Formats: sequence, C-alpha cells, structure tokens
Amino acid sequence: MNKLELIATLKNEAGISKAEAAKVVEIFFGSMADALAGGERVEIRGLCSFFVKDYKSYVGRNPKTGEKVTIVPKKLPFFKCGKELKERVDY
Amino acid sequence: MALTKNDIVTKVHEMGFTKKKSTDVIESLLEIIKSELEDGEDVLISGFGKFCVKEKKKRRGRNPATGEELILRKRKVVTFKCSGKLRQKINNSE
Repeated sequence: MNKLELIATLKNEAGISKAEAAKVVEIFFGSMADALAGGERVEIRGLCSFFVKDYKSYVGRNPKTGEKVTIVPKKLPFFKCGKELKERVDY
Repeated sequence: MALTKNDIVTKVHEMGFTKKKSTDVIESLLEIIKSELEDGEDVLISGFGKFCVKEKKKRRGRNPATGEELILRKRKVVTFKCSGKLRQKINNSE
C-alpha cells in the first residue's frame, strides 16, 4: 500500500473528504518527521516508536572493490515495533 | 518529551474536526496501517519511509542472561526503512 492508497482507504473508512484524508495523513507523518528532526522521540501506542540514533564515523569498505572508505557520522531513526502490531503481524 | 498519539490528534482537531472525530480519524488511520501489515503487505509512505513485513527463519539462539540454548521459531516481524528525504531532514537539523 502506498500513500495514495492509504489516503483513499482513510477517506472511506473515516467518512471524510479526500482532501481531508490527505491532510490527516500529511499531519500524521509530518509531525513524526518533525519530531525526529528535532531529536524528539515518537511513541504511537500499538503501532511503533521511533528515536534518533547517533552513529559515529567509522572506516568501512566498499564490498565490491574492497576499497577503504570513511563513513561520516550520521543519524538514523530507529524503529521499534509496538506490542499490538508485533502480535498481530506474527503467526 | 515524546510525540504521542494525543499530540497528533490535537493537530487534527486544529483542522476543524471535533475532538471526538479527530480521535476516530487517527484510530482509523492506525487500524488501516496495522491491518495492512497484518496481511503481510508493505506500507510505503513516500518522503517518510517504508514499513515492511519480513519473515525470519527459525534459528538457534541463546538466552543472553542464562546462556541457555533455545530454538527461536520462524516468525514475522515489521521493519522500517527510512526514506532518503527523512534521513536528510534528520541529519541537516543541526
């Protein structure tokens, strides 16, 4: 499912207009992105939580050529699946 | 401080929906995402990332506390792949 399909499904399920559904989806993912960009944690009970992890610089290798490359420090969002989702997805 | 469901409901409320409707709309959104993943379907949100369902084979593991060996059964887990755009947003925020 992509974002457009999500918007269309939300429109039908919640009985709102397509424009409203698009706005809600935008608010939902936009707020999470903004929080993470600000270094804040995100906790959506039942779905997932996110926090930003700091990765230090390290020397890696290009697996194709074996060449050494320096990986610059980076930040990545770390995803943790919520309990309800975890149980529902598993067998 | 963490961003919670309630913060998002408040923002939806500011769009003009009643508080009750805002809660219902967010609950519907969460339910759609969860049931999609439950059916084994990935959810791709451009500009944010991709929620994937991955099948893990059964493997031998160890209880790190006791050192006891055990078999971890075959299972399904949800993974998240951050989009390039979100990654950039997080790294350029300083």
